[in-house]
Amino acid sequence: MRVLEDDVVAKADGGRRPARPALLAATIGSVREMWESRNLLANLTLRELRGKYKRSLLGWAWSLVNPLATMLIFAVVFGVFLKVKVPPGDPSGLDVFALFLLCGILPWNLVANGMTGAMGTMLANSNLIKKVYFPRQVLIAANVASSVVAFLIEMGVLAVALLLAGNFVLPWLLPVIALMALQFVFVLGIGLTLGVLNVYFRDVQHFTGILLQLWFYATPVVYPVSVVPRTAHALGVEVPVRFLYDLNPMVRFVGVYRDLLYDVRAPAAGDLLYLLAVSAVTLLVGLMVFARLEPKLAEEL
Amino acid sequence: MTEAAAPTPTTPAPTTPAPMTPAVVVDHVTKHFRLYHERNQHLKSTLLRGRRAQYEEFYALRDVDLTVPEGTTFGLIGENGSGKSTLLKCMARILRPDEGHIDVKGKVSALLELGAGFHPELSGRENVHLNGSILGLGKKQIAAKFDEIVEFAGLERFIDTPVKNYSSGMYVRLGFSVAINVEPDVLLVDEVLAVGDESFQRKCNEKFADLKAAKKTVVVVSHGLSSIRSLCDQVAWLKDGTLHAIGPAGDVVDQYIDEVHPDRQQVSGSGTRWGSGEARVDRIELVDGDGHPTAKVRTGERVTFRFHYVMTEPIPRPVFGMAVHTLDGQHVTGPNTREADCVPERLEGEGHVDLVVPVLMLLPGTYDVSTAITDYATLHQFDFRHRTFRFDVEPGQPKESYGGVVSLGGLWQIHSLDGER
Repeated sequence: MRVLEDDVVAKADGGRRPARPALLAATIGSVREMWESRNLLANLTLRELRGKYKRSLLGWAWSLVNPLATMLIFAVVFGVFLKVKVPPGDPSGLDVFALFLLCGILPWNLVANGMTGAMGTMLANSNLIKKVYFPRQVLIAANVASSVVAFLIEMGVLAVALLLAGNFVLPWLLPVIALMALQFVFVLGIGLTLGVLNVYFRDVQHFTGILLQLWFYATPVVYPVSVVPRTAHALGVEVPVRFLYDLNPMVRFVGVYRDLLYDVRAPAAGDLLYLLAVSAVTLLVGLMVFARLEPKLAEEL
Repeated sequence: MTEAAAPTPTTPAPTTPAPMTPAVVVDHVTKHFRLYHERNQHLKSTLLRGRRAQYEEFYALRDVDLTVPEGTTFGLIGENGSGKSTLLKCMARILRPDEGHIDVKGKVSALLELGAGFHPELSGRENVHLNGSILGLGKKQIAAKFDEIVEFAGLERFIDTPVKNYSSGMYVRLGFSVAINVEPDVLLVDEVLAVGDESFQRKCNEKFADLKAAKKTVVVVSHGLSSIRSLCDQVAWLKDGTLHAIGPAGDVVDQYIDEVHPDRQQVSGSGTRWGSGEARVDRIELVDGDGHPTAKVRTGERVTFRFHYVMTEPIPRPVFGMAVHTLDGQHVTGPNTREADCVPERLEGEGHVDLVVPVLMLLPGTYDVSTAITDYATLHQFDFRHRTFRFDVEPGQPKESYGGVVSLGGLWQIHSLDGER
């Protein structure tokens, strides 16, 4: 009898177009839908993972080879040629540039892969979107989740390497996993926004390419935070460089990962609160943008 | 007025059961698309002109208002571009109406494209799980249905092969099998019935009959008027995005045929054929009252079925027979010359045999004719042609619009004791 009730509502509304459901209600509905289709999320994630490495000899190993190659290149360019000096782990005392790099590269890769993947997935699945109804946000969630699975494996390998290098990271693994979950939320928020916007404006993917480069260097992946000056003078104005720099959530993410894994110490509560707030807001914005633009996806693709 | 064509007892009452619960309510739905004059999905144009691109609004649906009763099979017909597929996609929630809204009661499954979402590199098994979850099934439900799905598709041996190695028929069969086993409350079908070979088609039709028997609601979009007529209880006719007519399937389809009047092509030679071949029916014709071959006749007309035969050697006492079937396989009649006591002692060469039907009692619909020539014992078959000829019957006299296959040709009589005239 739900139908009839709705009918009454429509009539009460003058029999015209029913009021647009509040964006917030749509957003909440979107989260509920995602939860209800968790089996779909699991299957789509598996499809991404299986599809990615099918018919390649190394298969899953590629997930490790890529960051290792990046690490090797950076270690040579920044460590050997440019002689970037990083402070040893405090209190761990660890002083291995390669491991320092990996603690930044791996979280960074999640952001980069999550963003590019989320944009690609809507276009790649356009046929599905046009022919079947299902909660479309799950497509993006599955894509980001598949990046997270790769990230998990990479972090597992990194943890072993750190143990071998003498960092007793075992007690910190649970907080690291919690942090990864938080980063998933953050990347999902960005992915939802960019993924759906890219359907309407294909410029988004080109713009994202530039943004990612800029963002990479604004994040302490290949250099320690200590090289960033507190203030700088530009055009006669004192610019609080470090303050602005710290607004970048990736500075905090990488910072906290390094705290936990490289330095082996508890991160600052302020960093955690900041990340919690930023991730929550990012996801909320993502869900709202998605809920707003989703209804016309099938005709815009 | 004791003997007259009295009005049928139920005048405008719907043929659906009395307590009608709506399964799909389409409430004043309007949907328009933008026809871009220059497709420009760039920020530049948006920023420079203050709008995305120049476009024209195209109304695919205008204020369509209809209700699909629960447990019925409902057809949507109309010419290309009339909006029927758009309406179906709106029901499936793939498209959102710009105005009005659509309420669907229960779980919806849409057969718009079979195997949409299959990943070519994954095995049939993995794809069944994937596709099932896209269609809204939970993990346990898929596991419970898995064997049935595979068996229905007839792919037991290939289920662990990547689907990219499937033939297109296998691909579609698996897609259909998953979609139909979702057990939706409302199934939306868009012209996908014309897939697979004959035996798979029959399976599909059986499945639809099952759904109908299980009182599930089915909404079908099709150009196949005969299947619409035989499958559907009610039909809505869309024209230029508006609802042109709605009502019992036969009525609306007849109206539609009368208006659109596509001259039916003679469908022949598509069925199977077997026999020893010394005697053959080369061609069968349907001849109307004026002596012209046709494929479209009306109820109540005088028609002749004409068998053109060729016999390469003298055949003693050959028996000619034919069978008329509806498209969903119901056998209507099967006359032959032996039972009619019209068997020549010997026949050779060419000629034709006529079956003259003074008053055709078939009701409107599409029918298939099979023909046969056998020996007198009807044991040896010289030539059997299954469904070799197809024809349409349009409404005529007697006029009956409430379904069925044949008219009894009865006469109504009213005997009132009150002497009312």
